[in-house]
Amino acid sequence: MSARRIFARPARYAAIAPYVWMVLFFLVPFGFVLKISLSETAIAQPPYTPVFDLAAGTAAFREAFAALSIDNFRLLVSDNLYVLSYLRSLVVALVSTSILLLIGYPIAYGMARLPKRWQPVAMMLVIVPFWTSFLIRIYAWINILQHDGLLNQILLTLHLVSQPVVWLSTDSAMYLGIVYSYLPFMILPLYATLSKMEPALEEAAADLGAAPIEVFWLVTFPLSLPGVGAGVLLCFIPIVGEFVIPDLLAGSDSLMIGQTLWLEFFMNKDWPVASATAIVLLVLLIAPLLAYDRLQRRQLEMR
Amino acid sequence: MAEEAPGIEAALEPAKPGPKAALPAAIAPQPDMPLLRIEGVAKKFGGFRAVDGVSLDIAAGEFFALLGPSGCGKTTLLRMLAGFETPDEGRILLRGRDIAQVLPHERPVNMMFQNYALFPHLSVRDNIAFGLKRAGLARENISARVAEMVALVKLDGLETRKPDQLSGGQRQRVALARSLARRPQVLLLDEPLAALDKKLRESTQAELMELQRRLGLTFIIVTHDQEEAMTVAGRIGVMDAGRLEQVATPRELYEAPLSRWIAEFIGEVNLFDGQVESREFNRLVVATREGGTIVAAEPRNPVTKTTVSVAIRPEKVKLSRRGPVSDGTNTHAINRLEGVISDVSYLGGSTVYKVRLDSGAIVRSSMSNTARIDIDAYSLSQRVVAWFTPDDCMVLQQ
Repeated sequence: MSARRIFARPARYAAIAPYVWMVLFFLVPFGFVLKISLSETAIAQPPYTPVFDLAAGTAAFREAFAALSIDNFRLLVSDNLYVLSYLRSLVVALVSTSILLLIGYPIAYGMARLPKRWQPVAMMLVIVPFWTSFLIRIYAWINILQHDGLLNQILLTLHLVSQPVVWLSTDSAMYLGIVYSYLPFMILPLYATLSKMEPALEEAAADLGAAPIEVFWLVTFPLSLPGVGAGVLLCFIPIVGEFVIPDLLAGSDSLMIGQTLWLEFFMNKDWPVASATAIVLLVLLIAPLLAYDRLQRRQLEMR
Repeated sequence: MAEEAPGIEAALEPAKPGPKAALPAAIAPQPDMPLLRIEGVAKKFGGFRAVDGVSLDIAAGEFFALLGPSGCGKTTLLRMLAGFETPDEGRILLRGRDIAQVLPHERPVNMMFQNYALFPHLSVRDNIAFGLKRAGLARENISARVAEMVALVKLDGLETRKPDQLSGGQRQRVALARSLARRPQVLLLDEPLAALDKKLRESTQAELMELQRRLGLTFIIVTHDQEEAMTVAGRIGVMDAGRLEQVATPRELYEAPLSRWIAEFIGEVNLFDGQVESREFNRLVVATREGGTIVAAEPRNPVTKTTVSVAIRPEKVKLSRRGPVSDGTNTHAINRLEGVISDVSYLGGSTVYKVRLDSGAIVRSSMSNTARIDIDAYSLSQRVVAWFTPDDCMVLQQ
């Protein structure tokens, strides 16, 4: 195929780019992780066996293949530690996402109803925190929440409490950190759908006798569902795998799956179990994604 | 007009509001009160007076048009009738009750929106049923009324479609059915036909008029299209810069506009500015700068100032090669302007000639092409006499 022909139909080849990207940076690494998850931990370099050595010939290759096992996955299911970590991750993600939706929706709605010239300003205010490193902002929260931190000082000065309250290393602090960090990811997709909505639709509903609360539930909310779906996914999925916030703000008595994975990998140096943990996490997260995708496709077909 | 169609009214009346009825109970009509009375209504946006002291009575069964250029306040006035804007001054009386502060969902008024504002997530049926459900009607009454509405606007077979599966004309029908379903005392239509192409618009105008007559409802339409307003409405209110400039029948508006601005806004017009020189035998003699002395019939509204404009519609300006023969007894009977044909536009039904007068002014004359073969047609550069009678002149104060 000559170069001329390739450039004659660039669109067709450009369409391949995302697939190439996916194969190179997702499927191939995923294959590595999957292979490691089926291996056994070993005190060696790399710290697992078997190792596929392409130079050792087909017999050795076949032998190595036979040595793979799903023992690590069995461990994940049988050991309470992992099951509880997964459950805690899902619960934390569910609770945080619900709080995010409850806080984010009114903010996004308010932004979308601002006069046009104020909307970019509001948008900037939502995005501005991103200008500071995420880690620094979480450390700032530690400063605020600690024993002699700003929050306790204010509460003591106002005589609202008689002695410092324990904030840090609690679930409340973790939820605060998560909601604070993920709020823009909830607000922005909601704002995008709400600001595109024709104001005449709400007026039409009111004109046809719908009280304000009915206008919201019968027209505004159903029409904002794509934004709700996007915001929920954008928050829920990374929160399930969240590691830094629970590590810095929550107590150490119960772990989220991200923390467990980190421990297996860095502390126990058990790469195979860490890999298996990651793969189960991925499967858990892909299931709701596929369900959402199917739902959207059905809605498209219904149109 | 309402009593003209008892059959349809009866057919539309089976569904009685349920116990939870949100539709306000009818208030006993006062005999001397029009259905809708707008009293000194004003609306300011910042320092800008969008609607400025508008007073207007609209009778039951009327098809009324609010006409004006964009930004004249007609839509703001309509939105105040619907309840989306609250007037800063004045009252809006519907059957004698002031509704100026009543919220939109509590008004017995419905609106058909400019871009229809159909709910994209609801089917045609659910769009039409939306207002009925809010009124708390019983389920079987709702489906009966929806079926009626679907038949009324000829949407049969499309009930389960979503709005984006419909053509522009079909969407327009759904919007109409939805706004009529609650049987509003007044139906407000905000540029309802602006999104349709010309042919469809004309047939829809006829259907709207037919529907309004049959149902005996009161329609108030907002439009910037004067032809549309003149076609559908019995009376037209012309608005400019927030003020209601004239309320009249289409014919009055065209043949007897109250101001120079209205004369120019409605249709085409030739204008000559000048001074009133004298009055004789109900005739005004006006000395104009560009058209010489023009004799005009005394207007219905007395002219108080001496600086006036004489306006003549192009179709009232006739052309001839020599000029009409004076009957000798009344030399003032006919105004004559001499000039040269400078432009000919053949439009099919009529031909518009532009005549450049010796003063340099241009006079337009529109001649009906009443015969297929016209041996008398004028050609460019031909010298002609443009003439018109005093009765065809409108004298407008500046």
